[in-house]
Amino acid sequence: MLPESLAISAILFAIGVVGVLTRRNVIIVFMSVELMLNAVNLTFVAFSREYGFAGQVFVVLVMTVAAAEAAVGLAIVIANFRHRHTVDLQAIDLLKG
Amino acid sequence: MYPLAPSLLYDVTFYLFGLIAIVSAITFVTRRSPVSAALWLVNTMFCLAALYVLLDAPFIGAIQVLVYAGAIMVVFVFVVMLLNLGREPQVADRRHRLRLAGGAAVALALVALLSSAQHGAPLAAEAWSRDSVAIIQHAEGAVAPIARPLFTSYLLAFEVTSVLLLVAVVGAVVVGRRRGDEGPIRAA
Repeated sequence: MLPESLAISAILFAIGVVGVLTRRNVIIVFMSVELMLNAVNLTFVAFSREYGFAGQVFVVLVMTVAAAEAAVGLAIVIANFRHRHTVDLQAIDLLKG
Repeated sequence: MYPLAPSLLYDVTFYLFGLIAIVSAITFVTRRSPVSAALWLVNTMFCLAALYVLLDAPFIGAIQVLVYAGAIMVVFVFVVMLLNLGREPQVADRRHRLRLAGGAAVALALVALLSSAQHGAPLAAEAWSRDSVAIIQHAEGAVAPIARPLFTSYLLAFEVTSVLLLVAVVGAVVVGRRRGDEGPIRAA
């Protein structure tokens, strides 16, 4: 099932990339990043079946990092929403050069 | 239960959950309402949990449901509802269509690149057969074989992740806290 898993993972990762590139809602962009992390986790689990448990260990670590990223990212979204009253990425351009 | 014997039922289940995961992900990325997008993403994550179980990783499947579908996505839905976000307005200008075309091109290129990477040379693996994971889990349970390397070989990574969580909690509180001169959250 390794090639099938890697194919599913590649497709999910590409869908996540499309979400990051095309969506304007910053929360949906965050969710697309979560989808990309999930796709990578599927790769880890699929390889862990072939090469040992280290892959599953790293899935646990990736999930922790994803949780931390979601917490900080959503805090930034809320703080930004207080000032700008929008989650549209086109309108969030304060740091644009 | 273990090892999951290769059978037609196994294959059909695997492909079914993989297909549902991909379809849900495509639906997720095309929804304009953030709440329905979040729910479709939850569906994708449930299907991934099923794939983890089929790939002999039942513990990872369980924490996928608990942590991802249960905790992280709830936080997302919570923020969407806190900010009272509705559907995105329909935009059909040329720039938007250009973005969509660019995104689709990048996606196709990425899938081609990642699937060509599959045909590379296999990694050097010591004597580790496809059923080893399932056999070890049958003997020791699902958690112990993950916990042992986590707290020995990868102890440093584990500790660094703990510190990262602490930093994230403090950072989220500092960033999300309301300062005195700001009003309450209002709908856009």
